Order: sequence, then C-alpha cells, then structure tokens
Amino acid sequence: MIHARNLPFVTTLAIFVIAYGLCVLQFPNMLSTRVIGNLLTDNAFLGIAAVGMTFVILSGGIDLSVGSVIAFTSVFVAVMVGSFGVHPLTAFLAALVISTLFGCLMGAMIRYLLIPPFVVTLAGMFLARGAAYLVSTQSVPITHEFIDTMLGFYIRFPGGGRLTLLAMVMLVVFAVGIVVASRTRFGANVYAIGGNLQSAELMGVPVGATTIRIYALSGFLSGLAGIVYTLYTSSGYSLATVGVELDAIAAVVIGGTLLTGGVGLIAGTFVGILLQGLIQTYIVFDGTLSSWWTKIVIGILLFVFIVLQRTIIWYSDRRLAVRQLKEV
Amino acid sequence: MIWFTRRLRRLAPQLIALAIILGLISLMAPGFLTISVQNGRLYGSLIDILLRAAPVALLTVGMTLVIATRGIDLSIGAVIAICGAVAATLITDGYPLPVVIAVSLGVGIVCGLWNGVLVAVLDIQPIIATLILMVAGRGIAQLITEGVILTFNDDTFAALGSGSMAGIPIPIYLWVGTALIIGLLMRRTALGFLIEATGINRRAASLAGVRARFLLFSAYAISGLCAAIAGMIVTADIRGADANNAGLWLELDAILAVVVGGTSLNGGRFSITASLIGALIIQSINTGILVSGFPPEFNLIIKAGIIIVVLTLQSPAIMTVFGFIKASRRSDKLNHGTKEATR
Repeated sequence: MIHARNLPFVTTLAIFVIAYGLCVLQFPNMLSTRVIGNLLTDNAFLGIAAVGMTFVILSGGIDLSVGSVIAFTSVFVAVMVGSFGVHPLTAFLAALVISTLFGCLMGAMIRYLLIPPFVVTLAGMFLARGAAYLVSTQSVPITHEFIDTMLGFYIRFPGGGRLTLLAMVMLVVFAVGIVVASRTRFGANVYAIGGNLQSAELMGVPVGATTIRIYALSGFLSGLAGIVYTLYTSSGYSLATVGVELDAIAAVVIGGTLLTGGVGLIAGTFVGILLQGLIQTYIVFDGTLSSWWTKIVIGILLFVFIVLQRTIIWYSDRRLAVRQLKEV
Repeated sequence: MIWFTRRLRRLAPQLIALAIILGLISLMAPGFLTISVQNGRLYGSLIDILLRAAPVALLTVGMTLVIATRGIDLSIGAVIAICGAVAATLITDGYPLPVVIAVSLGVGIVCGLWNGVLVAVLDIQPIIATLILMVAGRGIAQLITEGVILTFNDDTFAALGSGSMAGIPIPIYLWVGTALIIGLLMRRTALGFLIEATGINRRAASLAGVRARFLLFSAYAISGLCAAIAGMIVTADIRGADANNAGLWLELDAILAVVVGGTSLNGGRFSITASLIGALIIQSINTGILVSGFPPEFNLIIKAGIIIVVLTLQSPAIMTVFGFIKASRRSDKLNHGTKEATR
C-alpha cells in the first residue's frame, strides 16, 4: 500500500515511465544511452537549482532569486577567469561564498523582518540581476586549461553515451539532498517548519537558524548551478537564465512537493526535471513542433499534477474524517 | 474632513516616499520638473512618468484586489502577451477597432476566470494556480502569433498607445479612468468591504453570508481585464505583438507596487490609491535613473536598493517597533490630557 502522501511522486514516476515508453515507441533511438546522457547534462544546472528550491518549498517558502543568482555567478566567474586571469577554482570558491551569503541575507530578512519570502526573494532577484549587469552586460567567453580538462572528464556508457562531470555533479547534489532531507536533523526541521511553523517553534525547532540555513542552501546551490551553467555554455552572460526559477518551481511541483510546505520528496524533483527534459528531447526529435509547445505542455502537466494533489488531499481528509467518526 | 485627514494619514508614507524620490531626481537632473506644451501635447519627465506607468498602474489596480482576497496573480504578464497577440492578429486580419478591443478584453476576462476557477472552485493556492498560466501563457501567445513578432500599421489602434487627447496622452486617461471606475465601484458600494472580509477570513466571510466564491471570481476577472487593457496599450505603443517580451516581469512590478503601497500580502485592508502611488514610485525610479544620467547597468541595482529600503521600513517587525513608540507617545498625551481635564 502506497502512502497517500507519496502518491504524487509515484504518479510522476509512472507518467515519466509511460511517456518515455511512448517516445521510444515512436522514436526507438530515444532509448540510447546518448540521449539519456545528454538529458542529464543539459538539465544539470536546472536540477541543482531545483534541489535548493525543493528545500525552500518544503519549508513553506519560495525563492524567486534563483535565475538571477545563476546569471550573476556565471558572469562573475567568466569575468574573474576571463578578464582577471584568476584560477577557476578560486573564482568558483568566491562565487559560492557570495551566493551563500546572499541566501543567508535573504533568510535573515524573511525571519527577522517578517517580510514574506515571495517579496524578499523578488527584491533579491532584482538585486542579483542588477549586480550581474554591473559586472558585465556583454557575453563573456571563458577559456582555461583547467576548465577544458574538467569538461573533458566523463564516464563512457556502453552504447556511446557520456556521463559528463556536470551530470555527475547534479547526481551527487540530488543524492546528498535526499540524505539531508530524510536522514538529518536539519531535514526534519525543514519538514517541521513547512508543516506548521507555530507547532515547530513550540516544539523547540530552531526556526531562525533553520530558515537562514534553508535560504543559504538555496543560494549555495544556485551558485553551484551558476558554475555548472558557466561550464555548460563556456561563457557568462548577465541576461541568461531568465525565468529558471519558474522551471525549477514547476519541476518541484510536478515532482509531487506541496507548495504549502511540509510534504514532498527530493527524488520527486529529480523525476520532475527528467520529465521536463523528456518533453524538450521529444520536441527536438519530432522536429516539426515549435519550442513554445514545451511551455504549454509544462503548463498542462502543472495543472494535472496540482489537481491530482488537491484530489489526494480531499480524499485523505475525508478518510481521516470517516475514521474519526467511526471512533466516536 | 475627518475622512480626508484619515485618508491622508493612510497615504502619507507613500506620498512622502514619492516626494523624496522626485526631489532627489530633480536635484540630480535640473529641469526634471518642467512641463512644456509642444504641438498641442504636454511634454516633460513628469508626464513621461505618468505615461510609462500606464501598464504597471493598470495591473496594479487588478493586483490590489487579488491581493486583498489573500491571493496573488502571477499570470498577468503572460495575459498581456496573449491579449496583445490577439489584438495584433485581429488588426492585421482587418477587423474593425471595436471588435478588436472587445475581443481582447474578453480574452483577458476569460484568462482571469480560468484563474478564478482554479482558486475559487478547485481551492488551489493562488500562487500555483496562476503559475500555470504564467508558464503556459507565453507559449499560447506564441501559438497565436505563430512565433513571430506580429507588426501592424493601423493608426487608430496605435493611438491607444501613442495618441493624445486634449494635450494628455491616451494611456493616462485609460489607467486613471480604469482606476477611478474600479475604485468607485469598490468604495461606493460594499464590494470593497466584502472583498476585504473574504481576504481576512474566507470561511468566516462565507458563513456570514458573503459570496466569497463570486468575489474571488470577480477579483481575478478584473485582474485579467486590467491586464488586457495594459496588453493593448503595450501592443499599440510598439505597433507589434512580441509574445516573448510583452509585459515580461510586469506582474512582479505590480506586486511590488501593491506592497510598496502598504497593502499586506496576507489580504484584507487594501487601498487602490496607495497602490497606484506605489506604481508611480516605481516608475519615477525607472525614469529618474534614466534622466539622472546613470549608466543603464545601474538601473536595476538602484531600483532593488530603494525597494529593499522601502520594504524594510514597512516590514511588520519595524512596524511593531514604530507601533510601540506611537502607543507610548499616545498614552503620554492621554495622561497629559486627563491631567488638564482634572485641573
């Protein structure tokens, strides 16, 4: 018996498997390891950002600054390496520190000034994008031996597919995310805050520290996603990744996490990312469909999943009520 | 008179902020406040602010109502793109102007009603419910324009965006008119009051006999309608429908305008006037940065800085501190007053 709370995740997984099966029926080549390898590499930065977003949404918040932070990090790294000749590792470290501090600051504003997360991260989105413009408004190409060796590192699948370093980073982030969410005190605190802030506070959950850590984590992962994005495109551009936060939120919701907080799985987000990537791959394979169908299909998927979640909540509420009635 | 002073007190923070920002800009850019008449039309930075604020101001009117019901409407930027695409397609197909306007407005209302169904009937959180149309909307707009920037050459429709009447640009009439009609509708009838009741506690309002579901529907429909008008202005202004960029992130500007206007995102008390002043503040910042001669790269970061300052000053935590100061001062005054009276 599947627990009702995990039903959205199981449904997403089922839909992904069925959709993938249908795609393979139409285009047998889609089963190749090359397609799977590319699916993972192309969505690596989105996946990493979506893990941070899952934590934020699990806690009942939202982070709109993700796309801007990715853009800022990519421009920052590109300018540091390209124009100032800093070693990439130093630039990565600096970018991660900045994005994490940025997340900390937003978390502190949410917790101590009591401004809703939506508004704080909205202002953060403008600030990060503005900072990216300040660094450079041009697309900055980036070439460095170290980066070339990083990009040249991959594991070959049988069948010619490649598991690139970028895809590996994403898989590691997801694995760590799953462990942190389900097996650590911090993870439990996140679920508790998302479930009911007041109860969590009364139970002695350190709400302030946890909130700041959640947004710092999201900032850190956005920074990491920015680095991956820089490597992926070999350049930094301040106008890039506009609206990535929406893709990340969509992946989280499709993955079965409730936007009210408290319910959801990191693994679900992974399937959500794969599903979005699958739609894009299908559109590429088909060749006649325009890219805007991606958005429409994602919109429809969002709708289906949200309605499904509502139905599940209604159903479990009713069952709970019936059980209570029986007890009476 | 009491009504007037009470109203002024409500609007004071926003008015002061607007005055400070306008003052700062006029210090940095002399001649900012001058208004001249050329070719029978008013020109000047202040007029420009009123003109450029039109789309955000229109969205702000609808957004204020939606936020007052404890909702949020993320889809209006996409609705702008959809309505702009519809209007441009109809114009190029040679339909008469009234038909074009009516159909575009209708499409806007339908988009709003779709959100209304999700929020009021299916009980989905407004943020996600409207996210669906926000994500899918631009795709739909591109489907309508078939992926190109649809340009047209129709002077009567273009006048909606760039024409003027009695020296004042038409978009200003449109947003001021819409705001007046909706504002009067809300405040001269009980509608506004009932919307506030719904926003504060929907269940309680329903139990008290307020038709909360209908009110939610109408708030989202009005939001869609305002977005449709804004969409037509944006499209008419550039004589073309750009499905990708028309109204991009305008919903966020509108939300900021409402928040700067002092309406809580938790619903309840709302003031359309204050929100509109918020919209003017945001547009003044935009225009001010341009006329002050800052490089355009600074635009966003200055805007973000000012908004963060305003938000911090208005935040519940700071308000509580202010509230304590005010309360202690008032009790001082009261004590003083009673002493005088006993004397």
